[in-house]
Amino acid sequence: MAFGDTLEKVDRRWIFLVVALLVVIPLLFPLRLPLAVSGPARNFYQAVEAVPEGSIVVLAGDFDPASAPELMPMTSSAVRHLFRKNVRIIALELWEGGPPLVDRILHEIGDEMGKKYGVDYVNLGYKSGREAVMPSFGNSFSRTFPNDYSGTPVGKLPLMAEADNFTKTALFVNISAGYPGTKEWVQQVQGRFDVKMVSGSTAVQAPEIYPYLQSGQVLGLLGGMAGAAEYEKSIEYPGPATKGMDAQSSAHMFIVVLILLGNAIYFSRRRANR
Amino acid sequence: MHPSMDFGVWVAAALTLFIFSFLYKDNPLYKFAEHLFVGVSAGYVVVQQFWQVLWPNLIEPATAAGTPDRWKFFVGGLFCVLLFTRLFPAIAWTSRYTIAMLIGTFAGLKVTGFSQAEVVEQVRATMVPLWNAADLGGSFNNLVLVVGVITTLVFFFFSKEHKGAIGATARVGIWYLMISFGAAYGFTVMSRISLLIGRSQFLLDDWLGIVRF
Amino acid sequence: MMNLLPVVLTAIVGILIILSFFIPHPIVAEPAQVLQDWAIVIVASGYVLGAANVYKINGEAAIKQQKDWIYKWVLLGSMTGMMVIGFFFSGGTQFLGDGSPFKWAYDYLYVPMQATMFSLLAFFIASAAFRAFRIRTVDAALLAVAALVVMVGRVPIGNLMTHGLPESIQLPTMANWLLEWPQNAAKRGIAIGAGLGVMATGLRIILGIERSHMREEA
Repeated sequence: MAFGDTLEKVDRRWIFLVVALLVVIPLLFPLRLPLAVSGPARNFYQAVEAVPEGSIVVLAGDFDPASAPELMPMTSSAVRHLFRKNVRIIALELWEGGPPLVDRILHEIGDEMGKKYGVDYVNLGYKSGREAVMPSFGNSFSRTFPNDYSGTPVGKLPLMAEADNFTKTALFVNISAGYPGTKEWVQQVQGRFDVKMVSGSTAVQAPEIYPYLQSGQVLGLLGGMAGAAEYEKSIEYPGPATKGMDAQSSAHMFIVVLILLGNAIYFSRRRANR
Repeated sequence: MHPSMDFGVWVAAALTLFIFSFLYKDNPLYKFAEHLFVGVSAGYVVVQQFWQVLWPNLIEPATAAGTPDRWKFFVGGLFCVLLFTRLFPAIAWTSRYTIAMLIGTFAGLKVTGFSQAEVVEQVRATMVPLWNAADLGGSFNNLVLVVGVITTLVFFFFSKEHKGAIGATARVGIWYLMISFGAAYGFTVMSRISLLIGRSQFLLDDWLGIVRF
Repeated sequence: MMNLLPVVLTAIVGILIILSFFIPHPIVAEPAQVLQDWAIVIVASGYVLGAANVYKINGEAAIKQQKDWIYKWVLLGSMTGMMVIGFFFSGGTQFLGDGSPFKWAYDYLYVPMQATMFSLLAFFIASAAFRAFRIRTVDAALLAVAALVVMVGRVPIGNLMTHGLPESIQLPTMANWLLEWPQNAAKRGIAIGAGLGVMATGLRIILGIERSHMREEA
């Protein structure tokens, strides 16, 4: 099959070019395709919505710039949703590259919504140690994080006087790119301290969180940029995830076509050789 | 089009394009950006570990006069120093105490964490009713779940040859595994494309100002 | 005796950590907490040790003018530059504060480079989908069908393609069902198996049966 041979030998850089165009063009000329909100994303929204006004919530932003396109929109939407309900946030990060990203979100949305640092939200910053941090944090926030992200002793922050462990918090929101992340928090903290937990995770990790969702260890799940877009729709605040979904759709369809085409060539060659 | 006037954004855009140039061919610009990335990352991590971990959790409390039980911080500091002996072969053996302590801690955390969250809770959640006349759809789903968990576990049981009934059960387990791998593949594609979308949004919005996200 | 001491230490520490899960009394909980405090700073020291190793390996390559030695100087120079800026010129504990030179380097060097490195994968996954994804067996066909349903069903175009159909056979519904039930079942089987394996390996390490981590490097 000469056409098949030609296609198979095509320089992969042409494939790269088509992928680039299928991502850029929908970003420039959006189609605004309708988005359906999935069950796990709806559960995430409802779990946050059920948090009583004025409560304290812990937000762990366990990601870095490599996963930012998927996870920053989720983090922004979660912070916005919580601040709308006057919920106060204690944030921490376990990935080295993440703290400034989470800090930026907290301050930008906090300033926009008139929230005060130290009273309405605190960013405790980063700690190494992976699983060792988690039960330690669960036992005492201030012992594990004696200073906040900027080096201020946590004793000087009014919000930290109100909650030093999970007994004083209403929900744990984990935005996770991998290890350490949702799996480790479930293993080390969720059962041990009986914590209500929701997870926003990269698409790569999301399938592994479904067992926790079905067992009730995690109450809601956002998976990848699609999950972030669904949450943006739920809180009625479209952001970069929603705007990226057209590009996601076109790129996915191209990859589906590539899989089908590659296999069509393979099957026709197999038939010809018989 | 409103290109950014921020020098930093232009540096970021240039480095982005240097790395994307690898898609055409490996070249000096890509190699430069790659090595710059490794160096910047390593430097960033060292500084962060010092100011956000070692300083508040070790050095500051160890050196502050009013700290209760200061000896704990000195012992912790000793373990850290012992770790650095790995750089000197003659005394590298002393780092084994630090590693032993670390391994013991993480082994203990993993044993309890996995047993509670991955075994007990997951088995409990698999004990679901297989028949509920009022909810046939739910019954079917529960059956799919239970059959899937059991057959997958049978597939990973290698102490007996996969023949006969065990072989047939393992075969069903393979089908479930293939479905999960397919779903994982689909999600991986979604994840990778999202990363490219993020970079494209940076170039089109932050750098060139063609469109606002 | 000297070889036995680290093994005994691992056992004591491991058993204490396991006991702290069940016994909240301070006589167990406080030493366990201290061990976790130490683990946090030791892991941080590990990163610094890693950086020292980076200097050692790349420094040798740069000085001996091995392959790509010029780029090794770029690596070493940028690493040193970041550390000098971070330790001495960025306000100490406020090193990531707005306006600090270290934060500038993070925003305009670290973030774009890391993000772009990973975004290259999008292109390679597309190329691999065409060249390597072959449905040779029934099992592979199952994998392919699941992948295609998830890829189309989880994005808006899947919703658009089938929104006129009954909800139970729309692509998003099928994708969600696949994820919540059969995929979940397989992942749970893997999780239970892995959980048992981790418990066994962890106990082997704590009881000193497994000692490979104690072996010195050649």
